[in-house]
Amino acid sequence: MGANETGIIGQSVRRKEDARFLTGAGQYTDDVTLPNQTHAYFLRSPHAHAKIRSIDTSKAKAAPGVVAVYTGADLEGVNGLPCGWLITSVDGTPMKEPPHPVLAKGKVRYVGDHVALVVAETRSQAKDASELIEVDYDVLPAVVNPVDALKPGAPQIHDEAPGNKCYTWSIGDKAAVDAAFAKAAHVTKLDLVNNRLIPNAIEPRAAVASYSRADESYTLYVTSQNPHVERLLMTAFVLGLPEHKLRVIAPDVGGGFGSKIYLYAEETAMVWASKRVNRPIKWAAERSESFVSDAHGRDHVTHAELALDKDGKFLAMRVRTTAAMGAYLSTFASCIPTILYATLLAGQYTTPAIHCEVTAVFTNTAPVDAYRGAGRPEATYVVERIVREAGVEMGIAQDEIRRRNFIRSFPYQTPVALNYDIGDYDQTLAGANELADVKGFPARRAEAAKRGKLRGLGYASYIEACGLAPSNVAGALGARAGLFEAGQVRVHPTGSVTVFTGSHSHGQGHETTFAQIVASKLGIPIENVDIVHGDTGRVLFGMGTYGSRSLAVGGTAIVKALDKVVAKGKKIAAHLLEAAETDIEFEDGKFSVAGTDRSKTFGEIALTAYVPHNYPLDKLEPGLDETAFYDPTNFTYPAGTHICEVEIDPDTGVVDIAGFSACDDFGNIINPMIVEGQVHGGLAQGIGQALLESCVYDPESGQLLTGSYMDYAMPRADDMPSFKVSTRVTPCTHNPLGAKGCGEAGAIGSPAALMNAVLDALAPLGVKHLDMPASPQRVWHAIQSAKAAA
Amino acid sequence: MYEVEYQRAKTVADAAALLAKTGGKPLAGGQSLIAAMKLRLAQPGTLVDLSGIADLQGIRREGDALVIGAMTRHADIASSTEVKRAIPALAALAEGIGDRQVRNMGTLGGALANNDPAADWPAAVLALNATVVTGKRRLAAGDFFKGMYETALAADEIITAVSFPSPRKAAYAKFPNPASRFALVGVFVAQLADGSVRVAVTGAAPAVFRATGIEAALAKRFTADAAKAVKVDASGLNADLHATAAYRAHLVSVMASRAVAACG
Ligand SMILES: Cc1cc2nc3c(=O)[nH]c(=O)nc-3n(C[C@H](O)[C@H](O)[C@H](O)COP(=O)(O)OP(=O)(O)OC[C@H]3O[C@@H](n4cnc5c(N)ncnc54)[C@H](O)[C@@H]3O)c2cc1C
Repeated sequence: MGANETGIIGQSVRRKEDARFLTGAGQYTDDVTLPNQTHAYFLRSPHAHAKIRSIDTSKAKAAPGVVAVYTGADLEGVNGLPCGWLITSVDGTPMKEPPHPVLAKGKVRYVGDHVALVVAETRSQAKDASELIEVDYDVLPAVVNPVDALKPGAPQIHDEAPGNKCYTWSIGDKAAVDAAFAKAAHVTKLDLVNNRLIPNAIEPRAAVASYSRADESYTLYVTSQNPHVERLLMTAFVLGLPEHKLRVIAPDVGGGFGSKIYLYAEETAMVWASKRVNRPIKWAAERSESFVSDAHGRDHVTHAELALDKDGKFLAMRVRTTAAMGAYLSTFASCIPTILYATLLAGQYTTPAIHCEVTAVFTNTAPVDAYRGAGRPEATYVVERIVREAGVEMGIAQDEIRRRNFIRSFPYQTPVALNYDIGDYDQTLAGANELADVKGFPARRAEAAKRGKLRGLGYASYIEACGLAPSNVAGALGARAGLFEAGQVRVHPTGSVTVFTGSHSHGQGHETTFAQIVASKLGIPIENVDIVHGDTGRVLFGMGTYGSRSLAVGGTAIVKALDKVVAKGKKIAAHLLEAAETDIEFEDGKFSVAGTDRSKTFGEIALTAYVPHNYPLDKLEPGLDETAFYDPTNFTYPAGTHICEVEIDPDTGVVDIAGFSACDDFGNIINPMIVEGQVHGGLAQGIGQALLESCVYDPESGQLLTGSYMDYAMPRADDMPSFKVSTRVTPCTHNPLGAKGCGEAGAIGSPAALMNAVLDALAPLGVKHLDMPASPQRVWHAIQSAKAAA
Repeated sequence: MYEVEYQRAKTVADAAALLAKTGGKPLAGGQSLIAAMKLRLAQPGTLVDLSGIADLQGIRREGDALVIGAMTRHADIASSTEVKRAIPALAALAEGIGDRQVRNMGTLGGALANNDPAADWPAAVLALNATVVTGKRRLAAGDFFKGMYETALAADEIITAVSFPSPRKAAYAKFPNPASRFALVGVFVAQLADGSVRVAVTGAAPAVFRATGIEAALAKRFTADAAKAVKVDASGLNADLHATAAYRAHLVSVMASRAVAACG
């Protein structure tokens, strides 16, 4: 950043939003209560796959307190939920996009699929009435595993997608890869499962929809990470409403992790129904509903091969992945295992040739979409697991094999589309080695062995592509939307500032970080800056928050708008100070004439803009309110190395995390405390995936077996070690903040680091492979199998 | 939750009469019952709240036995100096139940009446050969637990207290389910006043049971290694997402050995 900023950038400013959250003054969707409000309950499919022969709602309609009952047949003229990214198959055909009805039509395709909407005076009455709906199901065989779904004779989920295939897509130069493998000194092969996860944001999804007859407009309060996208998709694609007749407000939102990006059936049906019943309708998911109906994450099955020369230099990589889409295509489902996955397979390495083929498959499960990291954790897991394996097979130390292959000259064009602008991977690897006290590891391992415990150390050197995204690049890759961001800086007459951003904060702390940028740029106290987000009625436009894009893209839009404010301020100052505009400098909140002591404060300029008595009205509009749209020219590339140290109890299979160190490069950092918090949360999620979490459907019935916290192992605070984190900085070259993004890194690097550590610990026993999560029983059984084989 | 009538009883007799009249269910800490009602898995027409009955409260010594009232909360047992002095293993077991909120509400009587296959208290009661006292009779532990979620209690019968005879040594070792943190396998080992050894296992089977093989081994030699050396038969043990029967069988020996080690 330039010389214009005060010292507040880079400071761990306490979060402005915390007072509200900690004192219970937060306003979440379920806190919204509108006059004359009704309550919704959704009857969901108890079957994974069934034809609906008939639905009888007459008893439910007559039940106490019931206002209305709707089924798919009632939603005439309502389209299905759209998918926002077109992937084209290798044979040139577009992906299969079977209808995704808001309420089931003729068939249900997963446990939790929406069958009917009951609107009643109270939540309990709606739920009671739903039990009186008689649905005659013809239960069909179900398939929940993506590999099984591709087998001949598998249950056919959609007529439009023969063999349950959505697409087969590929990237990279296959011939070059084949040629490199043919001359390789060593080839490492690996089969991996990336376990399905359930997001479990602490606030369940919720919505309040209302309709005003006065101006024929709708208002929707909803737990969304991107209210403008929600509005656009719902009005233009599904309900056929004029976009300006729907206001979407995403107030305080308690965590998203991707799961609140999407346009869901619930709020869509409610907006539609709010006009029919002419009363507001409220719904908040019960936790059990969240388990079955939030979009899930991951669910890949992968075969990977790495070709190396005799010195351990990577020559080529070959990856084949089967990715579950679930029963329907969720809003961005199609781009996750392709654009956000295969493009990251170069990792931090100079691998000259990479080819990846991805087959996306429908299964009788909840839809799968982006979940913290979205494709990039899956890619990192493939790369870093196979790099470990190669190192072990070739007898090269784990840090050394990485170092031998690091990219060191930038910009670097990977063989899988991305162009890394900058990074210093040696630096973060060295930083992690230091944090983790790798030198002391052999002694710790020996000491643990004396106690009968197995110690292991695992590395993961990850890279991610954040700052989504250059719209033209995304468009060429199939995106059906732009990926810019909008920002508006409204300076008030007295010099305080309200900033409207299209980014959305649901735990990230934008109200603080963004205010730091504004306060610093304008030289005003942070208390004089408010950040407004999450309301299509107040914010001009926005693409929302996901993919660690808020600071790099949304923050930059604000910087661009601030530049315009300063530029206009200079014009006003030039007039007041009777100087040439080019002679005006702006620093520390003061406009001054270069080389003189004549100056005007920012507040004086703001007041003049709104009280333009002495003002160049012939040349300049009054007011000080500037808008900018920013479309990035490249992705940003946060990267780092994570090192995990585990200690395993061979008697029980329990994996104890003895240490976890992360050295990350997020570019310039605005608020180190918030960044550290983001890293901690990400690590907890990644460790959760590797150690505890696993979504399991019954392979026969398609029932969700992990439908509550009794069976779905959410990480708890005491499952986590005390993290050691540090950062190194190579500023992003193509945005003015030099920022890259930090929200997902923790979840991207940690699973591979942890699994590599577990495998390192178990290696002496002959254990060669383990899939996530490394639960006690899995580890114990792996030890038993290795013993039996020995 | 379906609609439900709520009644508050003043005495045990009062509660029994209300239960007989309404066909309802006693409400203790609600940590199992209310959760089941919210999921619509339980639908009692009437709840008879026991929390106002003074007779069900309290921890006291009766001769060699420690008597704990049915409505005593897990947290109160965990922090009781009386319990820590008499049978510290019980305080430690209570401290390991659920989380703080659950321990502040959940009760000993509720846990026993519920007889969840993965609950901790049944292991202590069975291993210590405790007596379950109800409004009608005194039941030996061996007669109280019947099967999964099943006990010898009649519909209008209320547990009033549990009488734990003081052992020479006792300890509980719990291997928590990674998701729920109920016992995947929990083993309570006790050497009773007469020198006999009882080992009760929870979490591993449809209901709490005595690991007779380990009891026999420990009767000969009360050491951790002796317990660990016993190979437990996996047939009849639970198998689910979190543990195969073989893994559970193995954990029974491991947890038994850790309990013995903790006996000191
Ligand atoms: C998040 C969570 C974690 C938990 N973790 C554990 C754990 O780790 N280990 C563990 O053992 N338990 C655990 N529990 C269960 C907890 O211990 C409960 O307290 C216990 O199972 C039931 O006790 P309660 O007092 O809440 O009974 P309630 O839920 O009120 O009642 C349970 C049943 O017992 C009946 N009942 C209650 N009192 C009496 C009585 N005096 N006489 C006759 N019948 C009676 C009721 O009618 C009902 O059928 C957990 C619970 C939760 C919610």
